[in-house]
Amino acid sequence: MTVTVDAAPYTVEEVCERFDPVMGLEVHVELNTATKMFCGCANAFGAEPNTNICPVCLGLPGSLPRLNGTAVESAIKIGLALNCRVRERSGFARKNYFYPDMPKNFQISQYEDPIVFDGYLDVPLDDGTTWRVEIERAHMEEDTGKSLHIGGATGRIHGADHSLLDYNRAGVPLIEIVTRPIVGAGVRAPEVARAYVTALRDVLRGLGVSDVRMDQGSMRCDANVSLKPKGTSEFGTRTETKNVNSLRSVERAVRYEMGRHAGVLLSGGTVTQETRHFDEQSGTTSAGRPKETFADYRFFPEPDLPPLEPSRDWVETLRAGLPERPWERRARIQTEWGLSDEELRDLVNADALDLVADTVDAGAPPESARSWWVSYLAQQANTAGVTLPELAITPAQVARVVALVAEGTLTNKLARQVVDGVLAGEGEPDEVVAGRGLAVVSDESALTTAVDEALAAQPDIAEKIRAGKTKAAGAIVGAVMKATRGQADAARVQELVLERCR
Amino acid sequence: MSASELISLDAAELARRIHAREVSSAEVTRAHLERIEAVDGPAESGVHAFLHLDAEGALAAAEAADRAIADGAPASPLAGVPIALKDNLTTTDMPTTAASRILEGWRPPYDATVVARLRAAGLVPLGKTNLDEFAMGSSTENSAFGPSRNPWDLTRIPGGSGGGSSSAVAAGETPLALGSDTGGSIRQPGAVTGTVGVKPTYGTVSRYGLIAFSSSLDQIGPCARSVLDAALLHEVIGGQDGNDQTSVSAPLPPVVEAAQAGARGDLAGVRIGVVSEFSGEGYQPGVLGAFTDAVRVLGELGAEVVEVSCPSFGYALPAYYLIAPSEASSNLARFDAMRYGLRVGDDGGHAADEVMSLTREAGFGAEVKRRIMIGTHALSAGSYDALYGKAQKARTLIVRDFTAAFETCDVLISPTTPTTAFPIGERADDPLAMYLADLCTIPSNLAGNAALSVPCGRSADDGLPVGLQIMAPALADDRAYRVAAAYEVARGADTAPRIPELRALETTR
Amino acid sequence: MSDITRDDVAHLARLARLAVSDAELDMFSGQIDAIVDTVSRVGEIPDDVPPTAQVVPQTNVLRPDATEPSLRRDVALAEAPAAEEGRFRVPRILGEEL
Ligand SMILES: [Mg+2]
Ligand SMILES: [Zn+2]
Repeated sequence: MTVTVDAAPYTVEEVCERFDPVMGLEVHVELNTATKMFCGCANAFGAEPNTNICPVCLGLPGSLPRLNGTAVESAIKIGLALNCRVRERSGFARKNYFYPDMPKNFQISQYEDPIVFDGYLDVPLDDGTTWRVEIERAHMEEDTGKSLHIGGATGRIHGADHSLLDYNRAGVPLIEIVTRPIVGAGVRAPEVARAYVTALRDVLRGLGVSDVRMDQGSMRCDANVSLKPKGTSEFGTRTETKNVNSLRSVERAVRYEMGRHAGVLLSGGTVTQETRHFDEQSGTTSAGRPKETFADYRFFPEPDLPPLEPSRDWVETLRAGLPERPWERRARIQTEWGLSDEELRDLVNADALDLVADTVDAGAPPESARSWWVSYLAQQANTAGVTLPELAITPAQVARVVALVAEGTLTNKLARQVVDGVLAGEGEPDEVVAGRGLAVVSDESALTTAVDEALAAQPDIAEKIRAGKTKAAGAIVGAVMKATRGQADAARVQELVLERCR
Repeated sequence: MSASELISLDAAELARRIHAREVSSAEVTRAHLERIEAVDGPAESGVHAFLHLDAEGALAAAEAADRAIADGAPASPLAGVPIALKDNLTTTDMPTTAASRILEGWRPPYDATVVARLRAAGLVPLGKTNLDEFAMGSSTENSAFGPSRNPWDLTRIPGGSGGGSSSAVAAGETPLALGSDTGGSIRQPGAVTGTVGVKPTYGTVSRYGLIAFSSSLDQIGPCARSVLDAALLHEVIGGQDGNDQTSVSAPLPPVVEAAQAGARGDLAGVRIGVVSEFSGEGYQPGVLGAFTDAVRVLGELGAEVVEVSCPSFGYALPAYYLIAPSEASSNLARFDAMRYGLRVGDDGGHAADEVMSLTREAGFGAEVKRRIMIGTHALSAGSYDALYGKAQKARTLIVRDFTAAFETCDVLISPTTPTTAFPIGERADDPLAMYLADLCTIPSNLAGNAALSVPCGRSADDGLPVGLQIMAPALADDRAYRVAAAYEVARGADTAPRIPELRALETTR
Repeated sequence: MSDITRDDVAHLARLARLAVSDAELDMFSGQIDAIVDTVSRVGEIPDDVPPTAQVVPQTNVLRPDATEPSLRRDVALAEAPAAEEGRFRVPRILGEEL
């Protein structure tokens, strides 16, 4: 018998007493190239409808695809960052199916020979351990247009009266990254799923090949879930959950499907192989329209594009240009700077890690670089209502200020005024120091004169000091500081006062 | 110079007189427009080579060419010469239909690369010519707008799919035309209309703007009344194009030079292979007779003629009728009533999917539907390996046969098509019989090498034109031109007139 | 024979979005069966022969990632069977968004 109604979800713990969850994750990433995959139209999010279309991406009769070299490089970089092998000879294939948002009614994709394959990603989990997710393949393909459904429940496809199509997104370069089945994660399966997509997002952001904005659809995740009764080796029937638009949703969708499958199976039913849609509000999934027959895409080699044979030199040049993996860099920085876990977390959350690192690279000691960015500059950003990176001061300028303090030209108080000057657009730190005349007065004779004048001005206090009431020196120091407009080193003034009263 | 004289001249001679200002491009263009006026219609009984005429545009282009020549700055050696375009090439100033109801009246927003090159070279586009719908056929009977007719016998087919271009050239409606050749669609019409038709090496002429039938086989090429004319046009349209990533970077072979060298009539040291598979059963005696004469003439020109066997050519026809429909089933999927072209059944009741099916049913002809379904079958999971997959292997064997043959021969020859022009309607209901017309031309599409058809006299059976096919290795198109030009001169003119007296034939109505 | 049945052809027509009539089904099923039967000859070819999908001598043909002018929207929509709010208007779409 088949249980069609969604049985009440079981908790992950309950599910895993009886079953081992098996996951497969397919992530589609839109590349941030200047142009589309196969034509020179701008690859831009949120443009006026149908303003970035041409004969090629509109699939007009007679048009031919023209492969974007930067998209190919991005695909190879992604593969290398995911420890994949690059195929010596790969090519494109046509995936044939009719759908109004697809101008040619076939998608140019890759089938038997994806450009990169056979890799893995070591994913950091919340408890500090890592989980190795094996990557089966990553391949290039083109995105579809967008449909707007009019009438019926607004924006919903069912019950709509007609649809309006915008092909700006048609032909935008996509990389589809497919994992091997993830087995053995047990109760951690939902967390592993979230952690994998998070790590993947960080890697891609580090590569700078995509905006990886799940909210804007530049990163989209489909989660395949099935349950394997404990002790058996046979995989269960899987469902593919689409429309998972946030990292949190990835975890929730996997958790929900695990519970739902268990409910179906434990009530003696069988899971139907189908596409399901995740609902952000309820955190549940619902069945899509069941496919009348199994989809036969009739793949065949794309005759309009010659094969790709990336040379070893090309691949190695790209490999050499790969950035450090984000979490590896964070770990290195934490030990190098001797940061506590929450000091590091604060830096990351404040978006200050790169700024501090660059300030350190510009010669400042990690500790002072960090304290400038997380305290005084953070306050300034806060009051200005901008993010730290948006603040009108560069790491190099901050490093210079730190240096001026270290060499004694500035006190911390003066240093803050210099920073204010830089933020106010008064130029480089040294220009501000000169312009505002902020350098510390370290001319001994000038200071001595100032002290003598102050003592002469207040003979009674001078008397007290001479009588040994050194506390009274404070008043004289204050007068001297006032006279030097705060540019004297107060400690030194104190010493001088006591000397002159001996 | 009389209009009847102008329409019988070759493009090279017309160009010479136009550039010498003995005659203006405008006069030449007007003469051809008048000829079209006289013989092309009515659709039911005339040559019916044209689906669309642009007299105004043509005269404007002609006057522009005349001005450039007056300023001593002709755009190219063919500047001012009229030309006709097969209606599967996109043009911004004329509709482009591929002879299908589904594209009736479609106005492309861009010019095909070859069209842009013609305009830049100062040629004068007269209009768009008829073809079998989406270039699927060998007779133009599959045109949604009615068949074209063979100028030498208006009751017979002009070949196909490019019957419009070839019959226009044969009838003196234009000295030059462009065609597209996927399985013989330039060469076979050339043969049955007594004109020259060339399929250049795959990738040497950009396909950008050619409405795709079978992308890995399609190739645009020239139609003309002389080998030199074809070569001159070939050099205008050929060469790499960034809009077609399958277009080759290798320089275009020197085809004009080769045609001129060949015309000096010496083939000493040239080894010519006669493909033994292309004769015998199914070949008209009159065709084989004319071919045998051609072999003799080539020998007299000093060429060494030998027999070669290409055993795998027997797989060419089956492989072609799997690969071409497979690619077509995908290429033609875009005609779905959503973005352009015909839309049927959009009455509020039908969903998009149903409107697609109703539109494609109403907009495509029987042959197109047949091929789309055969291709869909050949690519489907159940039969891919046994059909499409094996066809790709056949293609490898055919490439190997050519490679082996070209190790011993400079060029290969055969009749272009097994029979002369057959009567309209004779094979209309028998697809398989129709497919046989391309028996000899298909191998060069599968292998991608160069091949042309040059007139080789008349069949003793019916007095109709016969074509000699000359095949050369990829990127050695010049060899075929050299041999064709030498043969053309040696054979001499037909006893029949250069272009037919069509007025008389109008009584066949 | 390759035994392509009338039902097979009906299925192919559905896959290819062709609303063929019963009369056409009768005609096509016979013809397609005969044609497929003929072309099945390629089945004789041994499996160890490598396939040829293309006869292009080049590899790695790439376009620089530089923007080029797109079509003007009114031009792109001019040939549309129906347009609305700068978009292509199409009948209601059944099935899930892909
Ligand atoms: Mg995909
Ligand atoms: Zn575009």
